[in-house]
Amino acid sequence: MERRRRRELLGRIFEGIALAAILFGLLVLFLLLLDVARRGLGVLSWSFFTSYPSRFPEQAGIRSALLGTLWVMALTALFSVPLGVAAAIYLEEYAPRNRVTRLIELNINNLAGVPSIIYGLLGLELFVRGMRLERSILAGALTLSLLILPILITASREALRAVPMGLREAAFALGATRWQVIRHQVLPVAFPGILTGMILALSRAIGETAPLITIGALTFVAFDPKSPFDKFTVLPIQIFNWVSRPQAGFHARAAGAILVLLAVLLAMNSLAIYLRNRLQRRHQW
Amino acid sequence: MGLTTRSVAEIYAARLQRGMAARWREWGELAIQALLFFAAMVSVFTTLGIVAVLVVEAIPFFQQVSLVEFLTDPQWTPLFAQKHFGILPLVAGTFLTSAVALALAIPVGLLSAIYLSEYAPARVRAILKPALEVLAGIPTVVYGYFALLFVTPLLKRIIPDLETFNALSAGLTMGVMIIPLISSLSEDALYAVPSSLREAAYALGATRLEVALRVVLPAALSGIVASFILAASRAIGETMIVAIAAGQRPILTLDPRKAIETMTAYIVQVSLGDTPHGTLEFRTIFAVGLVLFLFTLVLNLLAMRIIERYREVYR
Repeated sequence: MERRRRRELLGRIFEGIALAAILFGLLVLFLLLLDVARRGLGVLSWSFFTSYPSRFPEQAGIRSALLGTLWVMALTALFSVPLGVAAAIYLEEYAPRNRVTRLIELNINNLAGVPSIIYGLLGLELFVRGMRLERSILAGALTLSLLILPILITASREALRAVPMGLREAAFALGATRWQVIRHQVLPVAFPGILTGMILALSRAIGETAPLITIGALTFVAFDPKSPFDKFTVLPIQIFNWVSRPQAGFHARAAGAILVLLAVLLAMNSLAIYLRNRLQRRHQW
Repeated sequence: MGLTTRSVAEIYAARLQRGMAARWREWGELAIQALLFFAAMVSVFTTLGIVAVLVVEAIPFFQQVSLVEFLTDPQWTPLFAQKHFGILPLVAGTFLTSAVALALAIPVGLLSAIYLSEYAPARVRAILKPALEVLAGIPTVVYGYFALLFVTPLLKRIIPDLETFNALSAGLTMGVMIIPLISSLSEDALYAVPSSLREAAYALGATRLEVALRVVLPAALSGIVASFILAASRAIGETMIVAIAAGQRPILTLDPRKAIETMTAYIVQVSLGDTPHGTLEFRTIFAVGLVLFLFTLVLNLLAMRIIERYREVYR
């Protein structure tokens, strides 16, 4: 009995340690948010959003970075979503079980693990130099599109897989073609899942810094980007630029920009959860 | 009723039309399938593109710098007058920050996974799990900020001779970022262990700890190991944290208090500088990129292999 109690006690201690481990991660998260808020809340003002970057920390703002992020995100969504959903539809609804399919799946899995900076090297040679897009918003968006494609495909495939087989079979039995089944039955039901995956993939892209630095995005932009062929910067690069300077004034600006970035991310993730919960209720089996 | 009033010619015309429509539809179906297939092939083209870009730019580099020098020279100074092209310092820097990151993330991540899978009541799990995953959603540049402006000053109080840029802070912060990767993949593996295994062990009088560590953990080991490998791959490729907080000094050292440079940070350094494209100096980033790509490729394939094998065991 004595031994049993000791074993139980050991178990309790271990449970405490394991709980401490998980709380450690959350504690760091809390400290991070606290530090960003402490340093950055003070700089948030209207002029912070409407000013261009500057040599003087008090005057520096995120106008061009915010506009750049909006441009890049819009174009990235435009390129990556149709491509990702199409690839997912092929793999879930059409693909035969053969070598080519295996090859595609292996590629997607591996691409998900390729460091993002490698995509930057690809974008530099393929889009910036090969297609002569220069250091434009378009080149950045194309690079990020390739980067988030594996995430999009995987999320869309899961959404498609969740659609009950019976729905497809019923439509086929009524004489619908494969594409009609997908277009009118499968896609509407899978839509919330795909939308959620899309928002989550874009929220990955919005925080990416390294590939855009590699393709040569600028670190100092004092004009509004007006077309996809303009040079640009984005919020994460602006943050990187300010963090890398020695003055505390710029560190505060960096923290302010981080607050904006995190707020955007929070909004996107909340939207994803909201949409999923709301739209999913319409279809229940 | 309509049929009887139609002329024979009308009926034939309608049939012909229907046949044409069916044929058009078939062509349409084929065209759609071809388009979708092409979209799926983009991932294959991307991989080919990456390999092609890295190899095409690395070949002229290796025509000027011998592979032996690249792999054995202990100095990396391509941007200086006295040029050395030994990648070892960058590999050592990458290895150092990754080792620090894994030394933190593996125990913390695995313990978190065990707690979530074996101990946490359903309601606690429903809160803790997504909360922990928030860590994975924070942009890496934010972690870089945190490493340089929070972790380093904090550690300096404990380790006075810590340099402003150092491998330790960058590595530890990277470790925190990787915790959710390990915890959620490991938890999946632990969760997938059939509960009959647990019940059998309980029936033999095992305590919860003994069940967790001696029955569930060994059964899920391959999935857990795969999560460690993926974490290592992630750490090696991580860029912004090390570019901000670990320094830009490629020296061959294993002292985490010192400023170092990783492969990824070097690529960032050259990208931000004004080295002209097409020069030997600029081509270094593709040679370094190729090494980085190969490292992560081997780790990713290894992890995928282990995961696949482990799936078979439980079917």
